[in-house]
Amino acid sequence: MTGLAFIARMAGRELKAAPRRMALLMGTIAVGVAALVAIRSFTDNLRSSVQQQARALLGADLSFSARQEPSRRVEALLDTLGRRAELARVTSFAGMAYVPRTSGARLVQVAAVAGRYPFYGEIATQPRAAWRDLQAGRHVIVDPTLLTALNARLGDTLVLGEARFAITGTIQSAPSEVGFRFAVGPRIYIAAQHLGATNLLGFGARVQYEIFAKLPSDVSAQQQADRYRKLLASERVRVRTVADDQRNLNEVLSKLAGYLGLLALMALLLSAVGVASAAVVFVRQRSESVAMLRCLGATAGQTFGIYLAEAAIMSLVGSAAGALIGVLLQRVLPALLQGLIPVEVTPTLSWPAIGLGVGMGVWVALIATLLPLLSVRSISPMQALRRPYQPIRTRRDAWWVGASVALAVSALLLSVYQVGSWRQGALFTAGVALTIAVLWITAVALTRLMRRRIPEQWPYVWKQGLANLYRPANQTATLILAVGFGAFLLGTLYLVQHNLLHQLRSTGGPARPNLVLFDIQPDQFSAIAREVSEAGLPLMGPTPIVPMRIRSVKGRPVSNLLSAGVGREGPPGAWALRREYRSTYRDSIVASERIVEGTWTRAAPAVPARISIEQELARDLDVTVGDEIVWDVQGVSLPSRVTSVREVDWARFEPNFFVVFAPGTLDRAPQTLVALTRIVDPGKRGAFQRQIAERFPNVSALDLSLLQEALERLVSRVALAVRFMALFSIGVGILVLVGALATSRFQRIREGALLRTLGATRSQIFTVVVAEYLALGLFASVVAILLAIAAGWALARFVFEGSFSLPAVPLAGLVFGVIALTVLVGLANSREVVRRTPLEVLREQ
Amino acid sequence: MPDAILHCHSLGRTYQSGGEDLTVLKDITFSIEPGEFLAILGPSGSGKTTLLSLLAGLDRPSAGSVTLDGQELNSLTEDQRARLRAEKVGFVFQSFQLIPTLTAQENVQVPLELRGESNSRIRARELLGWVGLAGREHHYPAQLSGGEQQRVAVARGFSSRPRVLFADEPTGNLDAATGATIIELMVTLNRDLGTTLVLVTHDLDLASKAHRTIRLADGRIIADSAAA
Repeated sequence: MTGLAFIARMAGRELKAAPRRMALLMGTIAVGVAALVAIRSFTDNLRSSVQQQARALLGADLSFSARQEPSRRVEALLDTLGRRAELARVTSFAGMAYVPRTSGARLVQVAAVAGRYPFYGEIATQPRAAWRDLQAGRHVIVDPTLLTALNARLGDTLVLGEARFAITGTIQSAPSEVGFRFAVGPRIYIAAQHLGATNLLGFGARVQYEIFAKLPSDVSAQQQADRYRKLLASERVRVRTVADDQRNLNEVLSKLAGYLGLLALMALLLSAVGVASAAVVFVRQRSESVAMLRCLGATAGQTFGIYLAEAAIMSLVGSAAGALIGVLLQRVLPALLQGLIPVEVTPTLSWPAIGLGVGMGVWVALIATLLPLLSVRSISPMQALRRPYQPIRTRRDAWWVGASVALAVSALLLSVYQVGSWRQGALFTAGVALTIAVLWITAVALTRLMRRRIPEQWPYVWKQGLANLYRPANQTATLILAVGFGAFLLGTLYLVQHNLLHQLRSTGGPARPNLVLFDIQPDQFSAIAREVSEAGLPLMGPTPIVPMRIRSVKGRPVSNLLSAGVGREGPPGAWALRREYRSTYRDSIVASERIVEGTWTRAAPAVPARISIEQELARDLDVTVGDEIVWDVQGVSLPSRVTSVREVDWARFEPNFFVVFAPGTLDRAPQTLVALTRIVDPGKRGAFQRQIAERFPNVSALDLSLLQEALERLVSRVALAVRFMALFSIGVGILVLVGALATSRFQRIREGALLRTLGATRSQIFTVVVAEYLALGLFASVVAILLAIAAGWALARFVFEGSFSLPAVPLAGLVFGVIALTVLVGLANSREVVRRTPLEVLREQ
Repeated sequence: MPDAILHCHSLGRTYQSGGEDLTVLKDITFSIEPGEFLAILGPSGSGKTTLLSLLAGLDRPSAGSVTLDGQELNSLTEDQRARLRAEKVGFVFQSFQLIPTLTAQENVQVPLELRGESNSRIRARELLGWVGLAGREHHYPAQLSGGEQQRVAVARGFSSRPRVLFADEPTGNLDAATGATIIELMVTLNRDLGTTLVLVTHDLDLASKAHRTIRLADGRIIADSAAA
């Protein structure tokens, strides 16, 4: 028999001998791998679904979109294209929909369709013929949520601006986008021929013009796009192909999956900690057997090999089981992320995901066990003759250093791979390492404290319980890590969600406006102000809004800048050059702003005009104080100079602006007004919106409470998915906890039996157990929550850039919950101590 | 002494303890003939176990040398000594030292497998039969009594047909009757297989069964029956 065969045989026997403990360890790895495989499979399926459905998402081969009506040059170009391709147009804008029968009014996203849109995929409606008949009359097809919101039904009349439409159907499914583009209002579709009748596309309206093209099969969309892109860039027209859409969607979704994947990785790393600490105990327990094998002539390499092979088999079986669980669990993810993903995901087997999950599981578990297992090599055969007079020492040789470096590098590389960014991967690894380090230090501090500071006068049972924390072969560090890590994760997730929602809700605080009236023409304002004051409502504003575009930056025309760029998205900051700005003018800064550079100018009219610019925009446009920007205000050239740069808190639902002009220059420019009011009662808020919709059809009312609700739904949806992924880590934590307790189970049963022989009652033995786990749970959870507060604060402050609030009561609840769980698991594990007779236990050894 | 299976010369072992040197063995010289049954006798702390571990190549001497079957142990690396043990040495311990996670048969198989023998299973069953444990092959150590465990250990000790079998207080954890059976077993196997037997004990009765006794006190040989 060769050395390898001997190693394999011995490893097999070892595995067979302690099936329950091995199953626990394999379970720990399995849960981590399951999380990874689930999220990876889901991402892969998502990617292939996006690939399959991308054309249906765009609805065409190619699309052109712009914020202004296509210029003559663009139309000429489309004409040329139209000779070979079929075109369809969709004009979208926001407007107030009003149903006279029920008096319901609501801000909606209108899409006016001309042509056979969509060319691919379909807009499924109820009844089915509704979409085909849309062009046949003044019909409107609405999102089902609008019917609920307006208490309307099919056949009702819906007023949009100055035109009346019959509701002929509801949308069942339609091409959509990621995120909350439609959070502002539900979608409705009308035929483009009736657009004029609504009279809503007047001055100041935010309109998106889209032209969709279906190309003959022999024409490449990408070639056409590349041909037109540069030309159209200077006309501020964006060109999109199916491939562009697919790429963008994949980027967004990969990011989401990447972050969720980090939680999976966290579960795997935690299981690695569990496996490593089990290996430490294992080596200690097996040291006599190892010494024996060495006496019988096994080499140090062979004995090390036996346990390494055992670890390898265990990791492989655990990972394979995990992959199977992951494949089953990935079916849950699409349901959890409903509303966040625009495609239908069909769960299929993703072999790359399975392979990667199993590979990562085996690798991480092996590397984690390698460190403790290395000390097997230094067990002397002498130990078989004499019990060791000193604990097994870890030899810090080249192997040890190599294994430590491999562990650190693996964790880092896996994180970077998972999240797709060096910086974020490194931050994540550092965060996890720091958390583990702090918990470890806590465990060491706790054992030291218990060794030195247990008061003599305390009752014996309490002293005995607490002493368990520092006695030889204690599991304190592992238990604190397992309990603490789970509590930390729960605490951090809770704090992030709490703060995000808190930030959203604080917007709805007392005296904050909750209804925005926009697109008010200046001559309508006094009438609206009267309505508001007659209703006894507060009125904030008006804030003037002047639409404008950039003509040139620092002397360089936008068309040059835009066509100078490389790649499909144009130059960096293309969005800033292309967009339509809705600027205002005023003489003071508002609460949500802060000057970070230059000074606020309230000077009288000047040429060039003085402007203050938002800092991110300044960066994208590459301008600073003193630079010149020339604006196109309704065809009129308006030179300006940057006099200050502002930081703007966009999270506040207030009229905030990229560019603010000093008063004097824009006062006479064509403008619309925005006004805000606050109506607490939802019923009255609805009634007021109806009143405005009836009397001023062009004025839109945005109910901030509804927007807030939509955002809260979104946050909760994401939080649900995040918590689902976090469950894996919690699961691993519990398994590690149970595993660590099971490791010392026999020792405890023996001690319990001895105590009972010496006259301890059952309740005294329970008190010993309770004292021990109470201390463990208390220390672990308090430190974990403190860590969670630090992490939650850092995330709220630096990632979500908001304020931080501390929900004391729920956190205290979490601490109590964790302590209770720890004590319960401890007690459950000690049942046998009192169930079996002392003699039965003592005779076993 | 060319025919000696085991020869030690001026053997000494010193440990570091609390910054001071603690001499456990000093100037030990003797030889053992093949097939001989030697008892090393002495009170607790006299250096018996240390001597045994030096003779078996488990530890390195501070001074002197050990030659086992013509092989000078000092010149071997740890792994080479391990291989030598697998080839030529067997053990029986006071606390049995069976591997708790292996069955009786598997415990006996280990030395055979380490030597790379292919029929380890058959041989292990045969040996267990010899020591009177037929039918108990698949029992784990925890399922056997102390005497039975030590019988498994004896079977293991002889399983690879070692040139020398070292036994460290093999009856120390057993009652008198069971202990006597174990010694009987070892003596029989010593005779039938021609294995050299080195027994460490503080039990005079047990030592009296040996061909030769060496008495240790304070790390030195104070009497050697062969020299007498």
